Parts: sequence; C-alpha cells; structure tokens
Amino acid sequence: MWSYFAKRVAIGVPTLWAIITVCFFLMRLTPGGPFDAEAPVPADILVNLRARYHLDDPLWRQYLDYLVGLLHGDFGPSFKYRDFNVTGLIAQGLPVSLQNGFSALLLAIVIGVPLGIFAALAQNTRRDYIVSAAAMTGIVIPNFVMGQVLILVFGVWLKDSVFHLPAGGWDDGAFPNRILPVFCLALPYIAYLVRITRGSMIEAMRANYVRTARAKGLPFRLVVMRHALNSALIPVVTFLGPATAFLLTGSMVVETIFQIPGIGRYFVQGALNRDYTLVMGVTILSAALIIAMNLLVDIIYSLLDPRVRYNEARS
Amino acid sequence: MTVLDIRDLTVRFATHDGEVAAVSNVSLSIAKGECLGIVGESGSGKSQTFLAAMGLLAPNGRATGEVNFSGMNLLTAGEKALNSVRGNKVSMIFQDPMTSLTPHMKVGRQLAEVLVRHRGLSAADARAQSIAMLKRVQIPEAERRFEAYPHELSGGLRQRVMIAMALLCAPELIIADEPTTALDVTVQAQILDLIRIAKDETNAAIVLITHDLGVVAGLADRVAVMYAGRIVEVGDVRQIFKAPQHPYTKGLLACTPRLDDETGGALLTIPGQPPNLQRLPPGCAFNPRCAYVMERCLRERPALLPDAAGGLSACFLTNAQGAP
Repeated sequence: MWSYFAKRVAIGVPTLWAIITVCFFLMRLTPGGPFDAEAPVPADILVNLRARYHLDDPLWRQYLDYLVGLLHGDFGPSFKYRDFNVTGLIAQGLPVSLQNGFSALLLAIVIGVPLGIFAALAQNTRRDYIVSAAAMTGIVIPNFVMGQVLILVFGVWLKDSVFHLPAGGWDDGAFPNRILPVFCLALPYIAYLVRITRGSMIEAMRANYVRTARAKGLPFRLVVMRHALNSALIPVVTFLGPATAFLLTGSMVVETIFQIPGIGRYFVQGALNRDYTLVMGVTILSAALIIAMNLLVDIIYSLLDPRVRYNEARS
Repeated sequence: MTVLDIRDLTVRFATHDGEVAAVSNVSLSIAKGECLGIVGESGSGKSQTFLAAMGLLAPNGRATGEVNFSGMNLLTAGEKALNSVRGNKVSMIFQDPMTSLTPHMKVGRQLAEVLVRHRGLSAADARAQSIAMLKRVQIPEAERRFEAYPHELSGGLRQRVMIAMALLCAPELIIADEPTTALDVTVQAQILDLIRIAKDETNAAIVLITHDLGVVAGLADRVAVMYAGRIVEVGDVRQIFKAPQHPYTKGLLACTPRLDDETGGALLTIPGQPPNLQRLPPGCAFNPRCAYVMERCLRERPALLPDAAGGLSACFLTNAQGAP
C-alpha cells in the first residue's frame, strides 16, 4: 500500500513537470503579450518593461529561470497586477475559493448521492421520473443563468422577506453571502451526482450477489447499504475526483456573478491579459490538485473493493 | 408431506416489446426429503419459476397463481414474511459462484450475517457456527477461508461457500439453480456429492434446476421437463430416462453424448431454435421442432395429463385427451 502510494506520488512529479513545460511554451506561442493594451505603450517604456520582466532573454533561459524559481516556491511576479506576485494573488484568493468549493462539494454529495439512490430504488416510478427530470434540468441550466435567477429571486423579489440574501459581495465571508454562490456552484454537481448514482445503483441492484443477499432473507435496507452500495459508489468516486479539483479552484462564472474574491477569475483574466506567470500559477495549482485527487480516488477504490488492492500487489 | 406447492404459476415480464410470459400455468409440488430435478433449455422458465416463488423476480416481473409454503402463499406474503422464510426455511444456491458472492465483503461476514439475522446469534457464535459449516462442506483451512474475500477463493471453493450458506439455518427446502454449470467437470462431481450428502444428512427437499441431464440422473428422485414456460413432462427419474414420453424429452435424451457411443460420434441435436417466447406458434409450442407433429398440434395446446408410463405429459400422442 505505502510503496504504491509513494510510487504514485513519484509519477506525479514528472507529470506536473510535463504540464508546466507544455503550458509555458504554449503561453509564449500565443500571439500578443502582457503589455499589449488598447492604447499602445510608448516604445521606450516597453523596452524597460521587457527588460524588467526578462522577456528579452532567450526563451530557454526564461524557462530555466522559471523552473528554478518554482523550486524555491516562487511563482514569479504578476505581469498585470503591479506590486503583486503570483504567490500572493493565489494566497489571497485561494482560501475563499477553497471554502466555497468545499461547501459546494459537501452539499452536492449530501444531496446528490442519497437522491440518486432514492431514484434508483424507485426505478421507473413517478418518484424516479420526478427526481431524474429535476436532475436533467439541473444539468442543462448553465450556472450563469442559474446565478442570475438566484439573484433575482433571493436578492430582488424576496428583498423585504426573511429569505432575502445578498445579491453579491463577499463581506469577509459572512454566512448569508456564501449561501447563493455555494448553492449555484453545487447545483450542477448535485444533478450529475443524482444521475451517476442512480445509474450505478440500478446496475448494482441487478448484480447476482444482490440477489444472493436478498435470497438470504436480509431486510431490503441492509441489502442496499451493505451489499449493493459499495460497487454503486465506484463511478461516483470516479466523477468526484476531478470534480473536486474543479470545484476547489473556483469558478470564474460564479465568482464573477457574485463578486467573490476567489481565484476562479484568474484563469480567464490571466489568459486574456497574457499574464504569463499568473496563468502558469493557476494551471500548476489545478494540475497538482487533479493529480492529488486521482490518487485519492484510487485509494478510495481500494477501500470500496478489495480486488483493487489485490491487482496492484501483483502488478 | 408437501413442502412447497406451486399452483398455476404464471410469470410475466413487461418489456419494451410488450408483455412476455416466461412461465405459464406451472403447477408442481415438492415433498419432504425429495429431490426434484427441473430440466429445460435456457429461457424455458425453469429459473424464473423458482425466483418468482421466492419473490426474487426482476422489478419488471409479475407472478400470479399460488406458491404455498408452510401455510402461507409466498406470492402475496409481505416482504417481512418472505424474509423470514428466505435463507432460513428455504435457501438458494445460484449458478455462478464467481458473481454470486458480494466482492467487497469477507466470506465469513456473508455467512455470519445469515445466522445473526435468522437465529439472532452473537457475532462470536455466528462465527463459530459458520466455520463449523465451512468444515462440513469440506473447505480446508476453514478458519483462514472465513477471513478471505471471495476473489481469493477458487470457483469450487466459492460454490462450497454458497452451499454452506444455504445449509446454515437447516432449511426445509434448498433451491439449487444450476449449481454446477460454471464449474470444471471434476469440481462439478465434488459439488454434486456435497449436495447429495447435505440431502441425506438434513432430509431437506431439494429443487435442482439444470440443463444437464447427467446431473439430474445422479441426484433427482423426480424430474420435471420444461419447454417455453410450461411443464411438458413430469415423472419418476427412472421412468424419464428409461421411457420418456414427450417428444421433447426424447429429443433431449437423444442429444446427450455418451462415452459408450456406438453411432460413430455424430452429435444429435433437436432441429430448429429454442422458441421465442414473444412469438410462440399456436397450438403446442414444440410443434415447429417436433418429429411427430400432427395437424391437431398446430391448433390445440395439449394439457398435462397422466400417461401410459405413470407420469404426466403434455402431448396428444402420449395421453388420451379426447381422442380426435
């Protein structure tokens, strides 16, 4: 187990390096640069700027400098936000995105998985159709629409009622300010989880060993929870791995709609501004998260199904 | 004394192409200590008959008729009443031991939970009795196997575990659905021996569902042959093998390869395909494949009636049902 864990972490390092390399050169290949604004920067200022950020060094030199910086935990200065370095920007926004992401993730699991099980056990009945239709609706409504609807309902229509919620802003993480964005973030994930859980639970309930468990005279609840649930959760965990990484790194759309100072907006703003170091920073962060989540998913697999442990011991 | 009495059981499945009757008007009774073999091709309804009896049909299946067991009709009994019977007074052994045990649970826990549920035993007592039962079904190193996951056991061992599980509560009836089909031939023989020993020791009635006539010949006292969801012949095992009455039974026996084969190796088959339950021919369902088909067989369905050999068969040739 531990040697497997160590091996996976060791494989993660070159993976991350490959991502950094590809991303670094892709950014530089993209037309335009960090100082191309609508009003052109005067030529002699541009010369100074390029010198200041070492943009005139040969590319391999910049790449090596960047790698050396990374090894020292330095993500470099932001090209756009003067007086900020990337480490500082991320350190500022990440806690906000993490808190929202974790809350949304928890909400999605707590609502999505039980609803999916409920629908599966009532397969092809009215209860199933209602839950499935609601889930489908949740999937097809984009969050920029859902966000506006939530603001309209809770921020405007219910303005004078007890259900009134702030339409935006963070207010240092006051609880009412978190409700709408977290809900908006969680909704599509709830919907996906319902559908995935429903499908895999239906599949699991058809397994021969579930029939055996029923033939043993176990109460239905025990058959579901003890015999069927484990294998039904495997696709759910598969989905949750990358989903967690995406949720934790913030959503540009939701953070923009609700004016939340997270890091989600850096993904888009950074790319548009050609803020090379900022894009690199958030990319490395999400890549590392995805690698970590995939490792976590594999560990959970082995807890859900002992055959996974077996196979890896032999390989 | 009758243990299980099935009356006029019909099983229908709702499918996208309409309703399919997998079992039609089946009546059977199993006596205490008796071994009844149920023989038929895939799709003949032999498994569905007994899954329906135990309330284990797929969600789209509906059963009508009566299944009487110790004074109650299992088809109308509630889930709670059914659960007090299943695994306790009636237990089942399934075909594929590779997939019939829960993969993420240790074998021991899967055995012990039966005793905890039906006998109210403590974990320690359930463990001790389960290990004793594993020894009874001749599993070597039973203590160690108790802690194993199903995938750590061979197919034969897994089927022994299934049998041990079925015997735990000393049931009155054991339904074995193709218990040897997924196993190697040598292991098959061992498993059949084990079922025979279990039968002799416990005096439980056994229903042995199989398509393998050899299995039936070795174990069953009585045989019911099913075709297209109906019983076409029932009789004493000797009678069925010595003097089969229904053309389908004759065909099945003729198809069985024999080691002392004198015909030079050509394997006989019944011509045609197993029937499509959604497009059964009018009259006798076997008529497209029957060598003795008469004009009447195309119009009328023969009833299951006593025949000359002392059993029951559903064929116009074997019993005098209102001679034409």
